[in-house]
Amino acid sequence: MTTSKVLSFDKTQKKPVLFCHVLTYSYLCTAFAKTRAQLITLLTNQTYIIDLMNQYETVFILTPVLSDVQMKEAADKFVNYLKDKGAEIISTENWGLKALAYPIQKKTSGFYQMVEFKAEPTVIAKLELQMRRDERVLRYLTVKNEKYAAAYAEKRRNKKEA
Amino acid sequence: MAAPSEIRYLTPTTVDVKKKKYCRFKKSGIKYIDYKDPEFLKKFLNEQGKILPRRITGTSLKYQRRVAQAVKRARHLALLPYVADLLK
Repeated sequence: MTTSKVLSFDKTQKKPVLFCHVLTYSYLCTAFAKTRAQLITLLTNQTYIIDLMNQYETVFILTPVLSDVQMKEAADKFVNYLKDKGAEIISTENWGLKALAYPIQKKTSGFYQMVEFKAEPTVIAKLELQMRRDERVLRYLTVKNEKYAAAYAEKRRNKKEA
Repeated sequence: MAAPSEIRYLTPTTVDVKKKKYCRFKKSGIKYIDYKDPEFLKKFLNEQGKILPRRITGTSLKYQRRVAQAVKRARHLALLPYVADLLK
């Protein structure tokens, strides 16, 4: 399975390198292992994988009727779901209760929550399906962070910490 | 017998050269426009919350597209209104 996919040989590591397109990679995941972590353990002896995960950022709005505990729980549900799917959480941000610019489902405010993570592209559709099914979520938006966006996000994070 | 040079206008004609517009993103080296910052995006909106044209803001085409994208994302997340009466 690996030999057909190996394209180069790293002389310093003395290991073949697996280069493949994201789609091939996710195919490998579905065919041989459930997550990236499992795939890596499966292949560690023969190859190592170039990081093929994309960086994403999701902002979602939860209904204001929730209590603080319920709100945290709802937010954790999605974070845990992502972790479950083999995503790597970079940061989470809670913006608190904010007034909406226009009413959504007759609500004039909502809890804003942001999650930055690295994941395989197939995870996004699943995550968004979960959000659509959850009544507590008023709105969500997932954006792929490209080169400059990722740099900006990192700068923003450092600023927050400082 | 008035010479052409002596023509007088009721309102003084504007002779001063108009200021050249420039793209603020190119000038300050901003590569990514954040949709999470509605206060910044408001600079590119009129009072009704419509996106201002390039000919007024002077933004280059490349960044105008990105501004539009960011504004639309912010609107989706209710950070900016789709329609407003008095935004500023």
